[in-house]
This record gives sequence, structure tokens and C-alpha cells, in this order.
Amino acid sequence: MRIRFWGTRGSIPVAASAAAIRGKVGAAVTRAAGRRFETPAALDAFLDELGITVAGTFGGESSCVQLDAGGDEYVLCDLGSGARVFANHTLAARRGMPAVYHVFMSHTHWDHIMGFPFFMPAYIPGNVINIYGCHAWLEQSFRRQHGAPSFPVEFERLGAEVRFVTLTPGQGHDLAGFRVTPRRQRHGGDSYGYRFERNGRSVVYTTDSEHTLDDPAALQGFAEFLRDADLVIFDAQYSLADSISLKEDWGHSSNVVGVELCQMARVRHLCMFHHEPTYDDAQIAAVLAETRRLEEITRGDHAVRISAAWDGLEIEL
Amino acid sequence: MNTSARRFADVVVVSIKGRVDQATSEALKAELAPHLERCRPGQDHVVLDFGDVDYISSAGLRVLMLAAKQAKAQQGFLALAAVQPLVREILEISKFTLVLRVEATVRDAVAAASPAGRQALDNG
Repeated sequence: MRIRFWGTRGSIPVAASAAAIRGKVGAAVTRAAGRRFETPAALDAFLDELGITVAGTFGGESSCVQLDAGGDEYVLCDLGSGARVFANHTLAARRGMPAVYHVFMSHTHWDHIMGFPFFMPAYIPGNVINIYGCHAWLEQSFRRQHGAPSFPVEFERLGAEVRFVTLTPGQGHDLAGFRVTPRRQRHGGDSYGYRFERNGRSVVYTTDSEHTLDDPAALQGFAEFLRDADLVIFDAQYSLADSISLKEDWGHSSNVVGVELCQMARVRHLCMFHHEPTYDDAQIAAVLAETRRLEEITRGDHAVRISAAWDGLEIEL
Repeated sequence: MNTSARRFADVVVVSIKGRVDQATSEALKAELAPHLERCRPGQDHVVLDFGDVDYISSAGLRVLMLAAKQAKAQQGFLALAAVQPLVREILEISKFTLVLRVEATVRDAVAAASPAGRQALDNG
């Protein structure tokens, strides 16, 4: 199974500024001073050496993650602005062949649905789009943004067959080749995490989820949802201090709580997700380095691999 | 985890020993409550001696956040002191060093709190 990240930024899409790009180019040129690259491979090796903060970026598309189990149908979590990039990539690869898409929605806040009006497969007859979620207003949320006064094309004019399917939290569902279990999370209007299981592998997508630290039973319950997962995609938008002071009840979590929950649940790989939109690449990289250090100094008999998602990242399970 | 308190004039030093985690954070909250109630001008300054704390979890940090909020609301003086390197790293990673006053030693914290407290501490 391969996990592809098409959008990893929290709350609102962002783009690197001209000044940021100029800074990266300047840093790369400075580091390259006096060096020659005789082959494309040598240049690639140098760019790898520079790392994501100079030679790349964490990206700025909002939430969209693909679970690719090798079948002909597509499985996504959320339809943030990253869904537009996924759709364009997929349409080009399929050369117009219709397809079935399965989308699991964490919730219907704007940054998680805003990619759908630009999701080209929705306009093409022959495609089937199944949108799963646990909110009663799931369909209404999509229809409301797709038409006047928010958008020029009415939902009814979509060419694809779009189906909305309500799932029951806490119950396992056999969908799109996975055993899928949703769990209600603490967020304004609620959000839902999803545990996906297939052939002995498990991935948990848990974004826009705040955790109450004064309730050990609730934390333990959530750890059970993550138990022994191969990969946990975790909302780590805030620092712990922010999440329990200024931004308390804003519905997001922190890197510190992510590490603690994954240690409790003996998760193999924690991938931080839904990055703070005010952070630049250097700040996200600093959070990653600090989180790896936290995992190291608090580790018991179980090590958790720590990474930070970026637009374009692929993780093979 | 257990605590003990010593008074130096108008400064109370609460020494905490052990791990502050999910299992012990509520006990710490309860033990700090009477000291925090008096953490205000004209009553006590409060110093939390972390010299014997070897781990603090998010639940424990939450207790410190609540203590800092209460002290600030009461315009009182609250500081951590003698924090071990590992716990100091946890405070930095969680950005609590931006919220809490952290002094290198108990004497530094007591001195920052009040001259009378420092004198009482130095006089033993």
C-alpha cells in the first residue's frame, strides 16, 4: 500500500512568496559555490543534500491524502485544495478513461471541501464519486459551495455520478477494498478520523482533532483507535502551549500529544500533518527536528518513526 | 510523585519529586492549589523546584499552564527552578518556555521573587 500526500497544509492553502523562493535560490547558490556537477545524478545528489527547506518545500495545498492499494479505483481522504492537483494528475494518467473515486471526509470545514469545485473528474460523465462521511449535513455542505453565490457552476450540472454515503462511527465498513472504521473527534461541529485496514496493514487518518489532556480515559480510548497502526497521519498544527492556552478549543492538536498517543498505542510511524499556515518551511522543519528529539528522549521500549508530511510525499507500507 | 513546601519569608518553594504524567498530574494540581490561591501581591510568591522531576508529560504541562494562568490573573509571581536538562528540553519543544518563567536555580528564582525571600534563604 502506498500513501500519497496531495495537500498537507492546515486551515487555508498557502504559497511560497517571491522572497522565500529568492532566499532558497540564494542559499542553494551559496552552498554550490565552487562545485561542479558533471551529471544530472550529481546535481540531484546535491539537491538532496540541501534538503527540503532549500531545495524543496512542504507545500501549501490543503488536506488531501490518497491511499493506493494497487486497485483500479481511487481512495482519498478529504477534498481540500490538494484534490485539484490529484485530479489533474490522475486525469492525465488515465487519458480520459472513466474511474471510480472513494472519498472519506473528516468533516466539512472549508479547507477540507474547497478542492471539489476544481475536481475535474466531477465534471466528466462516466466517473463515479462516492463521498463518505458521518455528518448529517455532508451533502448539503458540498451543494452549498457549488453554486451561487459561491461558485459559477451549479452542483446539478456536474457530469459525474456523485453519491453521498453516511457512515456510522465506531463501526467497521468494508469499502473500496479496506476495512474502514470512523471515530468521532473533538473539533468544532465534530470531525471524524478513519482507521483503514487491509491485508494486515493499517493507516489512521486523524486530522482536525483536539485532545483533552485532563481525561486519561479519553486519551487511552483514542490510543486504542491508533493501536499498532503502521502509519498515523496526525494533526500537529499547534505547539502544545498554544493548544492549551490561546488556541484551546480551536480543535487542533500538537506534536507533543501526537508523540505521546503514538507511544501509548505502539504506532510504527507518526506523520505530522495539517501544518500551521503561518509557518514557513524552516519552521516546519524545526518542529520536525524537535519532535524527533522528543520521541528520542521520552522513548520507552518502542520507537516511533517521526516524519512531517509534504505535498508530494509518498510513504510505502 | 510527591511534593513538599518550604517558606522563605514571603516566598514558598514547592519541591516536586518524580514523574509528572497522566497518573500524577491531577495529584500535583491538587497539591499546588492552596499555594496558588495565595500567589498574589501581598501574600506569597511561588517557586516550583523541579530539581527532582525527571519527566513531565502533556498532562503535567497542562497543570503548569493552569497554574501560570491563575498566577497571571492574580498578578502573582510564579517560576520554575532547577529544571533538569531533559525536562528543560520538553519545556522548550512544547513552547512552555515562552509561557513560564524558568530560573536556573532555586536561589535565582527566590531572589527574582523577593529580596526578603532571598535573604531568608541565604540565612538558612
